[in-house]
Amino acid sequence: MEEQKFQYKKPLHVQPVERFTQTQVKSIHEASMKLLSETGIQCAGEQAAGVYQSAGCTVSETSDGKQKLWNIRIPEKLMEKALSTVPSEVILGARDPQNTLYLNAKVPAVYFGTGSETNIYLRSRIEQFVSTDSSKNTLQYPVFEEEPGSIKALRESARLIDHLEHADFFVRNINIQDSEINSTNKDVNVFFNALLNTGKHVQGGITNPDALSDVISLAKIIAGEQPYLPLSFIVCPIRSPLFMVSDSSEKVIAIAKEKVPMVISSSPQGGVTAPIQEEGIVMQINAEILAGIALAQFANPGAPVLYGSVPVRARLDTLQDCYGTAEFIHYAMGCAQMARFYGIPCYSSSGVGDTKRPGMQAMMEKVYSYLGTASAGPHYIHYSFGLLDGTNIFCPLQAVLDNASIALVKDILRVPSCDQQHFDAALQEIIKTAKGSGMFTRGVRKQFRRKVVSETYEFVSEGEEDQVFVKAQAKLDASLDDDSNTLPDDIVKQVYKEIPGLLKNIK
Amino acid sequence: MSKAELLKSLEHAIVMGHLDAEDEGFDGTMEGTPGTVELVEEALEEGVEPQKILEVFGKAMERVGDLFESGEYFLPDMLASAECVGEAMDIIEPKLEAGRSSEKGKFLIATVEGDLHDIGKNIVATMLKGAGYQVQDLGIDVPADDILKSIEEFKPDFVGLSALLTTTMIEMEKVVKQIREKGYSDIKVLIGGAPTSEEFAEKIGADEYCRDVMDALNKLEEMKAAS
Repeated sequence: MEEQKFQYKKPLHVQPVERFTQTQVKSIHEASMKLLSETGIQCAGEQAAGVYQSAGCTVSETSDGKQKLWNIRIPEKLMEKALSTVPSEVILGARDPQNTLYLNAKVPAVYFGTGSETNIYLRSRIEQFVSTDSSKNTLQYPVFEEEPGSIKALRESARLIDHLEHADFFVRNINIQDSEINSTNKDVNVFFNALLNTGKHVQGGITNPDALSDVISLAKIIAGEQPYLPLSFIVCPIRSPLFMVSDSSEKVIAIAKEKVPMVISSSPQGGVTAPIQEEGIVMQINAEILAGIALAQFANPGAPVLYGSVPVRARLDTLQDCYGTAEFIHYAMGCAQMARFYGIPCYSSSGVGDTKRPGMQAMMEKVYSYLGTASAGPHYIHYSFGLLDGTNIFCPLQAVLDNASIALVKDILRVPSCDQQHFDAALQEIIKTAKGSGMFTRGVRKQFRRKVVSETYEFVSEGEEDQVFVKAQAKLDASLDDDSNTLPDDIVKQVYKEIPGLLKNIK
Repeated sequence: MSKAELLKSLEHAIVMGHLDAEDEGFDGTMEGTPGTVELVEEALEEGVEPQKILEVFGKAMERVGDLFESGEYFLPDMLASAECVGEAMDIIEPKLEAGRSSEKGKFLIATVEGDLHDIGKNIVATMLKGAGYQVQDLGIDVPADDILKSIEEFKPDFVGLSALLTTTMIEMEKVVKQIREKGYSDIKVLIGGAPTSEEFAEKIGADEYCRDVMDALNKLEEMKAAS
């Protein structure tokens, strides 16, 4: 690996909190191996079944009455072989090279970014309200307007993420529903619009497997001489419990053959599509992710993958996804440990608000989610910006608020920086100051500039009125007004010339 | 180094809050380089007029104020620069013409009787000294009689009283009352400390309540401008 030769974006290094003991981790591993080797997964993809069979798995044809299925059983020895070829280090490039991300399974260092593919984009503006009881009582508060996901919303989101200091990557966050978009041209338009508006790493799913080569060609044009592509893929080949979907399994194979980094994810819902108790859901999702990873490795040994864990708990009143619970964090923490056990970089989830609008509920749900999940040391936490109503709404104002919350979480989880030299210096400082002025303010300056003194919350209020929304909206407006970080005209022209399907009015 | 270069280095040292050669300075990298103390001594040895050195103090602190306003500097930075000026003033004061060092005014400061807290008071004293005030700090737990005696001797333009306890803030009322009874109507009294407030200042007859050190500096400037 070329770690020493390249300047990577600085992650949050943590001392990981281990929720499971090593004995419990081993028990979960053994349970997952039992599921894969004895029960197996049901696979709807003939191509995938062939790959598994060629690798030596036990494959038997069956049917659910509507379609052909294959039961895939993966013996533990074969899984070990697959795991032995998984790279423990993955580098994710970016249009601006200083935003390149370095993920090392052995180093618990965290990056935060967006996630989901929301249908609703929630705009905001600040209005002044006057009390009907007394005109002296006024309040500045945001009002919101929902609109369907669009290319414009995707562009704005990418531009915003480009400006947010604590956003490390951009997972396409909007389901573009413009009338000109169809399944053939969607993928190239998503990736191009994202890359046009952010210099950070871009990641997304592939709707149409036929578009894969065009998207990779697009990435190569934009990367130019750079060694790493500015994009990577997410594939969720599993429908829980233990079922592999046909078209997604084909995407896993195709992307693995290209050796472009890929998240292989599973998203079971505790209480509906997986057991609600953490040991149950973690052993199931672990088996599901490993089955997908094995497919990629059997298709092309050494294909770079991320352990894509997106477990969530069900609401008990509606049985829909529920993110504002301790279990959402427990599950994520357990998965981070499992990924570390296998030496695979971990893709995780945190920071989703169950509420539909920014406010105290969203803040509460998000902050403790960032804190808990990041403390476990996953490498790449998606969902972390702007998500509300589960993963149905992306709100840019919320993303700005989330950026400020993540800053605080990063300060809280920062690894202590105190080697022997620092101990000696602190001792001398106490001795000298106690004899002298009695105030340690002089020493504060050096520590502040060593970055071991935390910043205060970004949107502190100066007067008595809470100004968080007002200040966050101002930051949002300024970020969206600045579209200077874009691709050079000659690259844009080349992209239009060589990549089919791009809408013409993009820039 | 020419005199002009020397004064420029001095200004830089103050802006960086670099007290002396032993001090690590602004970001921990300045230890071993001449600080404010060494540079002032060198300037005097080179025959630079004390008045010229005073002008550098003002210019440097103005720059520090700008950096604070812009958010680049924090209070510990300002305090470090003020401490530099305070130390430097002790060196050049004997060489100044009588009265030149207190052109901004004389400030007497104390924590009132019964109260042993001195951090807030010390910060205010350091900053005022750095800002060019001639400061006499009476310390902590100071009885009213001692404050009155010092007023008689020091003849301050301003008196600052500090208290951190609700039980000792009432002592302020006693001190203010005695100052007024003695006929010092031209002395402006400023109070500060966690339990105090504008309402309390008004109630006990103090001229100003100061929320923090920056508030104190601003209110002093406003009072001077008004007079």
